Amino acid sequence: MTATSSQPSETHKRPNYLLIWLYLFILTVAEVSLAFELPLSRNLKLLLLLFLAIWKALLVALYFMHLKFERWRLRVIFIIPIPLAIILVSAVIMEHVR
Amino acid sequence: MTHGTQVLDQMRPPFPAEPGAGVYSSKLGMWVFLASDVMFFTALIGSYIVLRFGAPGEWAKPSAVLNVPLTAFNTFLLICSSVSMVKAYAAIQDGKKYFLRPVPGKLLRDGGLKFWLLVTMICGAGFVGVQLIEYFKLVHHGFTPAGFREGSVLAEHAATDPIRYGAAVAGLYGSTFFTMTGFHGFHVTCGVISMTYLYFTKVLPEKYSPQDYRGIEVIGLYWHFVDLVWIILFTIVYLI
Repeated sequence: MTATSSQPSETHKRPNYLLIWLYLFILTVAEVSLAFELPLSRNLKLLLLLFLAIWKALLVALYFMHLKFERWRLRVIFIIPIPLAIILVSAVIMEHVR
Repeated sequence: MTHGTQVLDQMRPPFPAEPGAGVYSSKLGMWVFLASDVMFFTALIGSYIVLRFGAPGEWAKPSAVLNVPLTAFNTFLLICSSVSMVKAYAAIQDGKKYFLRPVPGKLLRDGGLKFWLLVTMICGAGFVGVQLIEYFKLVHHGFTPAGFREGSVLAEHAATDPIRYGAAVAGLYGSTFFTMTGFHGFHVTCGVISMTYLYFTKVLPEKYSPQDYRGIEVIGLYWHFVDLVWIILFTIVYLI
């Protein structure tokens, strides 16, 4: 996103922020409806809710935090902890299951 | 120039460039901080998941104990604040330092940095306010970090329907719930305080310009991250 290293500037086409807000609103309504209204099995609900949450989180990270338009070396800083986080949680769960 | 000053100048990168990452230093610093915060929240959320699925009894149904509609409204408030934050960012990029300005031929006025940042601060403060109300109500009904208070409404409900109210693991539920949401609320409070400081020291005196709006970009990154974490927390704590 930065044209030079010394000043913040925008070189990409600006996303439609109100459209992203609308997506987030609709997804939140869908989440609440799914959790309390739809007669689905617990495991299916769990998967769908996690999918919707990750979708919303990605919208915020990519468009509001402009991660989509950043250089790779900056994206990596934010991406690296995510596999570490998954490993941490999985390891603790495995320990518990054992 | 003394020898000491020369050494100091050699050690300092040309302000404000950080050639390694290709971004200015305060933005890089914020990204590194956010990466560390991801791990912090992972520890909290991971503990919650492990304790919940490994608990000796069934966890309480979120809708039985928590006020989900109120929190859904709070989620909406935080999403709105994220949009207003990014609108503030876009406004200063376009050089709109003003509050509101009439647009010829249009009913609505055009919002500038001063307007959108104020909206963000109000929504953020609103989120903290609603969260405090939620806490007061929960404690009033008997849900505390130690579980259900003896003699409270929730303790009576838990005695009649121990499965639905997760009576066996109420202490675990209370401690993890208040730790996670409280820590997130602390982040939001810090964000509102930081934005208020920036508003009075930089935004109102019009110190930002389309050439330099680093403060707005950095606080914006923090604010969106807080929103992102809440999206995950809301699903895991209130809906699952």
